[in-house]
Amino acid sequence: MLGRLVDWFGDPTRWSGSAGIPARVLEHLGYTLLAVAIAAVIALPIGALVGHTRRGGLAVVGVANGLRALPELGVLVLFVLLLGLGLLPPTLALVLLAIPPMLAGAYSGVAGADPGAVDAARGIGMREHQILFGVEIPAAVPLVLGGVRFATLQVIATATIAAYVGLGGLGRYIIDGFAVRDFPQMLGGALIVAVLSVVVELVLQTLGRLVTPGPDRLRLPSARREPAPTPAPIPSREARP
Amino acid sequence: MRAFGYDIDELVVDHVLLAVVPVVLGLVIALPLGWWAHLSPGARRVLVPLSGALYTIPSLALIVFIPLVLGTPILSPVNVGLTLIIYTVALLVRSVAEALDAVPDTVTTAAVAVGYRPVGLLLGVQLPLAVPVLTAGLRVASVSSFSLVTVGALVGIQSLGTLMTDGFQQDYTAMVATGIVGSILLAFVFDALWLALGRALTPWARARQGV
Repeated sequence: MLGRLVDWFGDPTRWSGSAGIPARVLEHLGYTLLAVAIAAVIALPIGALVGHTRRGGLAVVGVANGLRALPELGVLVLFVLLLGLGLLPPTLALVLLAIPPMLAGAYSGVAGADPGAVDAARGIGMREHQILFGVEIPAAVPLVLGGVRFATLQVIATATIAAYVGLGGLGRYIIDGFAVRDFPQMLGGALIVAVLSVVVELVLQTLGRLVTPGPDRLRLPSARREPAPTPAPIPSREARP
Repeated sequence: MRAFGYDIDELVVDHVLLAVVPVVLGLVIALPLGWWAHLSPGARRVLVPLSGALYTIPSLALIVFIPLVLGTPILSPVNVGLTLIIYTVALLVRSVAEALDAVPDTVTTAAVAVGYRPVGLLLGVQLPLAVPVLTAGLRVASVSSFSLVTVGALVGIQSLGTLMTDGFQQDYTAMVATGIVGSILLAFVFDALWLALGRALTPWARARQGV
């Protein structure tokens, strides 16, 4: 089986054309980006607003948890049966599945901002929108990014399944392979989509550490040229333990 | 009960077995691994990123891989079961380790002082105190397990997902909706069951709340 898998990857026709691996990878990434972007535009502002006002927090958490029980395959099939074939119905299903983790991330991130910092911001006269954008959202970045990452992985996985309802992408190899019992093709598709998921996860983790404020931020090599001056030890009169 | 030409009871039984057995087995496997990660920083540096990586692999891909790695028949429900075991272990190893980390030092020190040995300490003191965190992890694993079982229908593994695939082929919306609602209801029933079990195992938490 391993040899047949190698043969499958070795076939030069596999690497060009609209059913080739590069085209399928791009398709898959395209669906994922589209769905995650739409879901982010919907979920992040609502989550941030609910987190800021703290009104409807229970509803947000309830909706996010409830949506988690939705079977992805069923949602995809239902949307296609109700709305027809094409790009839109499966994309809407992917958006629906990407919303809960981002909603929960934005809500819990903003609501979990250090209340002392929020009070201090209010105390020095910052307006509500300044508090939201200047204090709470920067504090929420790690949890928001966690939500975006989880949503992205979920969409990559579900977009694979969406090949069953006619979407392109890497799931085609698995679904079409199964239809004609072409196991090397199924395995090849599975391997590529698994590698794609791990790579996307690593890229998002790295991006996340680049934009996260605070001590965990990843510094790019160019920023390391000038090492931060180490503060001189402050002489202290306090007795050391 | 029959509907849409299917024995619904049989589909429900298959669905429940395929969703619940792997979650329980996954918990049983995750406990010693999580304990190991709790005790050894070296083990943790390997186990936590490895579980993270396994958790990122899409379900359909994992279901297709397992026959290649283990030589199981490609149409066997074992592939779906093993996929769900892998996800459950991946999710719970970290929960178990963190739950054990969170047990206060004073408690473990006191237990050691009255003569608990490592295994007794784990079973008699640390695990009971970790139950709330474990229950939370188990519930997440269980809910997603019920929806992932349906993916098996794409490679011919029978569950309520069969109503979704066959309903799609027959353009029969009510059949698909039945599959979705059934899968969600089962997930909620077992979610409530895990919650009740977690409460039953921590009577002191109820006593503290005065319930």
